[in-house]
Amino acid sequence: MPVTTIGTAEVHVDAEGFLTEYDEWNEEVGRQLAAAIGIELTEAHWKPIRFLREDFVQHGETATLRRVSTVAGVPIKELFALFPKKPAKKMAYIAGLPKPRGCV
Amino acid sequence: MTTTGTGRPAPGIVPDFGDDAPAGRKLAIICSKGNLDMAYPGLVLANAALGEGVETHLFFTFWGFDMITKSRMRDLKFTMLGNTATHLPQGLGGLPGMTALATRQLKKQIHDIGVPDVPEFLEQIVASGGHLWACRMSADMMHLDESDLYEAVEGIISAADFIEKTEGAQLLFI
Repeated sequence: MPVTTIGTAEVHVDAEGFLTEYDEWNEEVGRQLAAAIGIELTEAHWKPIRFLREDFVQHGETATLRRVSTVAGVPIKELFALFPKKPAKKMAYIAGLPKPRGCV
Repeated sequence: MTTTGTGRPAPGIVPDFGDDAPAGRKLAIICSKGNLDMAYPGLVLANAALGEGVETHLFFTFWGFDMITKSRMRDLKFTMLGNTATHLPQGLGGLPGMTALATRQLKKQIHDIGVPDVPEFLEQIVASGGHLWACRMSADMMHLDESDLYEAVEGIISAADFIEKTEGAQLLFI
């Protein structure tokens, strides 16, 4: 598994660059990951990101867009505005989690 | 700096989310069926495409019109008849009440995996930037107009209009 440096942190990533170790992530790493894909995180971004982190601990998989909208209460439209084009994958990447597995 | 497992430096690894790709991938989905089980493939694929940043248009025609007709969209049905994939005797499907039973069962299975019902799924597709179009010929045949259709349908258009709107798109007929 490749190791890459995000800011000052050394993290393990998969072939695409998604973090593979849950505990290697912190909010500073999240900020750096977001910056790497051109997103500056605001409080509006943090709400779904923090939800994804917590939900992953409880369910063992990355929440889908639908789950973020219905459970965390962030409207789908807003998620597309915050994380343009591919919100589910971008959120997962910034949150240091695998891509969502679910279809819907 | 990035290193590989062998300790050699490797370029920084950042996923390619296609942000720099020229806009252009488009998907057109023609929904022609009004059975509950046949409504979902188009909805799931549209939702997946939108989540990948693909411009997506759905055209509802013939029995697929039920998916966007307000009086019917919540009441699509699933029947065992003619569907050998249930692996049950076909005769069973013809018994009174079997379609209602099969429909209830399928709806429960869909609900249990967190997938929304048809109206809510359409709402999610529209919120994700998807476009819904109704077929002119179907509307005329069934004597329906905009007031009978789900509000987010952008218009009742001819097949030719749809082909024009989806120039260059990949197309799915369901």
